[in-house]
Amino acid sequence: MNFSELFKQSNQLCKVSPDGKYLATCVQYRLVVRDVSTLQILHLYTCLDQVSHMEWSSDSLFILCAMYKRGLIQVWSLEQPDWHCKIDEGSIGLVSSRWSPDGRHILNTTEFHLRVTVWSLCTKAVSYMKYPKACQKGIDFSKDGGYMALAERRDCKDYVSIFVCEDWHLLRNFETETQDLSGLEWSPNGCVLAVWDSCLEYKVLLYSLDGRLLSTYSAYEWSLGVKCVSWSPSSQFLAIGSYDEKVRILNHITWGKIAQFEHPASIDNTKATVYKEVERRPAVPSDELLQHNIKVGSTLLNTKSKYEICAPPIQIPVVKPDPDRANPKIGVSVLAFSSDSRYLASRNDNMATAVWVWDMQKMSLEAVLEQTAAVRCFQWDPRHPRLALCTGNSKLYLWSPRGCVSVQVPAEGGFQVQSLSWHCSGDFLILLGKDQLCLCYMDAEQEENGRLWRRKKDRK
Amino acid sequence: WERGGRLRHPWVFFSNGENNEISRMSHVMMSPSRQSNLELAYSLSTYSVIGAFCTEDNVPQCLLHINQELASLGLPVCIEASSPEGANLNAVPVLNAVYELLQIHRRDMCTLEEMEKEQMKKSSSLDLIQMTNSRLKDQLELSIREKSGLYETERQLQLKLKTLQRCLKGEKDEVQKLQSIIASRASQYSHDAKRKEREAAKLKERLSQLLIDRKDKKLAIDVLNNLGRSDGKRSQWRTTKATASHEGEMYKFLLCDYEESQKSLVLENAELKKVLQQMKKEMMHILSPCQPSSRGATADEELAESDEDEKTRDSSRDTLDQSCEHAREQLTNSIRLQWRKLRNHVEKLDNQASQVLHQMESNKDMIPFETHQDEMERMRHEVQQCKEFIHAQQQLLQQQLSTSFDDETAALLYDCYTLEEKERLKEEWRLFEEQKRNFEKERRNFTEAAIRLGREKQAFEEDRAAWFKNHFLNMTPFTNRRRCSSSDGQSSLSIISEPEIRMSVKAHKAKASTYTTFSTPKSSRSTAAPSTTDLYRTLRLIPDCSSSMHSNQVWQESSTNGDEDIRIKSKSRGLHCSDLDIFALGEDDSLT
Repeated sequence: MNFSELFKQSNQLCKVSPDGKYLATCVQYRLVVRDVSTLQILHLYTCLDQVSHMEWSSDSLFILCAMYKRGLIQVWSLEQPDWHCKIDEGSIGLVSSRWSPDGRHILNTTEFHLRVTVWSLCTKAVSYMKYPKACQKGIDFSKDGGYMALAERRDCKDYVSIFVCEDWHLLRNFETETQDLSGLEWSPNGCVLAVWDSCLEYKVLLYSLDGRLLSTYSAYEWSLGVKCVSWSPSSQFLAIGSYDEKVRILNHITWGKIAQFEHPASIDNTKATVYKEVERRPAVPSDELLQHNIKVGSTLLNTKSKYEICAPPIQIPVVKPDPDRANPKIGVSVLAFSSDSRYLASRNDNMATAVWVWDMQKMSLEAVLEQTAAVRCFQWDPRHPRLALCTGNSKLYLWSPRGCVSVQVPAEGGFQVQSLSWHCSGDFLILLGKDQLCLCYMDAEQEENGRLWRRKKDRK
Repeated sequence: WERGGRLRHPWVFFSNGENNEISRMSHVMMSPSRQSNLELAYSLSTYSVIGAFCTEDNVPQCLLHINQELASLGLPVCIEASSPEGANLNAVPVLNAVYELLQIHRRDMCTLEEMEKEQMKKSSSLDLIQMTNSRLKDQLELSIREKSGLYETERQLQLKLKTLQRCLKGEKDEVQKLQSIIASRASQYSHDAKRKEREAAKLKERLSQLLIDRKDKKLAIDVLNNLGRSDGKRSQWRTTKATASHEGEMYKFLLCDYEESQKSLVLENAELKKVLQQMKKEMMHILSPCQPSSRGATADEELAESDEDEKTRDSSRDTLDQSCEHAREQLTNSIRLQWRKLRNHVEKLDNQASQVLHQMESNKDMIPFETHQDEMERMRHEVQQCKEFIHAQQQLLQQQLSTSFDDETAALLYDCYTLEEKERLKEEWRLFEEQKRNFEKERRNFTEAAIRLGREKQAFEEDRAAWFKNHFLNMTPFTNRRRCSSSDGQSSLSIISEPEIRMSVKAHKAKASTYTTFSTPKSSRSTAAPSTTDLYRTLRLIPDCSSSMHSNQVWQESSTNGDEDIRIKSKSRGLHCSDLDIFALGEDDSLT
């Protein structure tokens, strides 16, 4: 495993282009585009203000930089560095901005969710979508970019509008059977739209592309409900994480529940492997050494850690949530399927130090990673069944079915990994610190092993 | 009190009855047998004046009175005086009358007794009844009290219930009130929320209107030059045709998806069908060969079934490709059938297995016997092997000894063997020594005893001589003088009797114990004044003691203790007659 040197960044704005060739980072008001293979700066753009949001267009030709405070958007072209585009939302304000899937339109959500403005870079045309709903996830594009679903609120009722992205033609508009719609998400094949209600009610609705209600699912009543929803990449499963600390898996044929994953504080499942991170403080060096090492003191301060496999039963530390505060820290808030839909990773908010990995073939618990600190972020390798996670310290953790490793990031100056993202090839990881970033390259050999291993498994 | 009185009553009656038996016999007429205290008391009083009834003077009056009384009792006998003076009575009628009276009396007594018994019975039953009555009364009282208590508790409970019901009603009302409050609040809040939302929406509308009206100069897009579409096509006009095409595309997309999913489902179905078919085939394969073997009687049935199976199988095979419900039904039906059969078969097998197990359990010793034999055979073989091994080792050892080591080591080895032998010999020698010592001790004891016997015999001889001398002297005219000396002789004899008794004791004890008893002569009271039988016994024993002494010396070297006693006895018997004269003398002595 190799690490690059540290680069500056701000607001954790660092993204690899969809084709995987370029790396764009924002440093204050500057946008830096590097070549991924050489890490040399290809372009340097200067924005009007500090960038608060940055996004690649789907064809990796344009970069959108949003400055929400000023209600401004600037678009840069990689092919024509001279080309520029500036969109000013004016006094109406700006809270969110994104590319349309075709990379020629920009969707801006104004303040107070007054409307969504669609700007065309082809024709300079502008169109409005009224009554967008301010919620957890109000806009979603289908995977192939053909359709967009927009949650709306009119006359105290929830509606969903489906647009054809090609020409923003309104295809369908239907009322949903929700009290207070909280989010919507297309299935990866783009045929089913999952809509879920706010946390006050456990309700998940499944709509077909043409607006037909396919199914309704509700696990229980009179208690806080859905916290997060995630489709498996194969569109086969819909995982629903809820406030009752459980994950429910719906199937795509009957839309009924086929499995339920619980997150107990005491694990006595003998089939699951429990990896517990154990920290070892290095022995106190002698004075001589201390003086010698004063420069590299930061690395010395870092404790080493390793994983130990624990035999059940194991107690996972649980933080009891404050019942008087809104949005209690309890329940499953993050769900992520591996790229091959084989594994599901989940995190229960009142057990923030643990990541749970579930086997979707056996429908059982595969592994539990108990960290010493709360898990900040985890992401699956887009190619292999490999999970990377970070806990806000100087270490990177990787899980694969073969085992678990903890890697110290050999960076100076107390680099702490706040979040991470995989390169689309799965060859390297981008580790983001507070105002720095670092690339972590996976060993080709290891990767090869991984592939071999996978092939073996496939043969099985 | 009442009960006590009644209890006492028969007692009183009895005592009276016994006392007055005689009086009543004589005064039957005066006291008819009635069981009343009053009359008894009366009869008692008449008893005291019995002497005054008939006197010399009033015999005729008495006769008359008695006759009257008898007549009143219905007795026809008339007592008459044989003489006019009335001094003598005609005996026959009197006796008859007396007999009659006695008969009457006896009968009365009988009835009296019966009645008494009845009375007793009745009184006891009465007692019983009274007791039960009182007990029942107590019970009644208790139950009444209980009942009242229960009534009281019931009343209290009812009261409590009433209060609780009132409370419940109150609570229910409260709950209803609260629920209604909650509902009203909820509706109010939702209403408020809706109102607020509407207001917000209105405000938003107004805001957007205002923004549009203001013609915000800033709201603009500034692009260097327009971009081409990502797909390279030109944008199209919005027409109905376009919308229709969108619809069409959407449905196409959906259709594609459904087709895909259907395809995958069909594939899955086919796979499953294949599996089913295979399962069925395998089932049939499993089932068919064991059918004829397992059953004989129901073979026809089986055959019919298998035919049916064949049919269904064929049909299912034909219709496998027809993806219609009929085929599916048939397939599932046949599978179900097969499954049932398989299940039955498995159950049967299970039963058989259990039976076999049972059988195995029943003749458990049979199979273990075989294994046992096998085991034995194996072990024997092993033992044989071991033996051979040992033998070989011994041979090797010997060879080694004979070849590599010469006589010295052989001698050494021999010495080793002889050492052990020597040790054993020593041990035996020691034992022998001990035995010898024991023998010596015994011999000494014997000689000592013999010596003592000799001395005693000598003393006895001397005594006898003295006694003879005395006797002889008594026959002489100086009797008086010799009397005292004879008494002396008697005393000496009595003294001598001591060892004699000791001898007898010895003779008894020798049967069980060793000769150590010889050493402690006992002076008992009986020896001080020996009875004739003792003397008799001792005198008989004395001569044989002397002879035994001789014999002892003969057998001392060879015989054991037990044998000795027997010999002593036999010897004493043998010498019995020789002492007869002594015995006679002894008897004479005791007589004098």
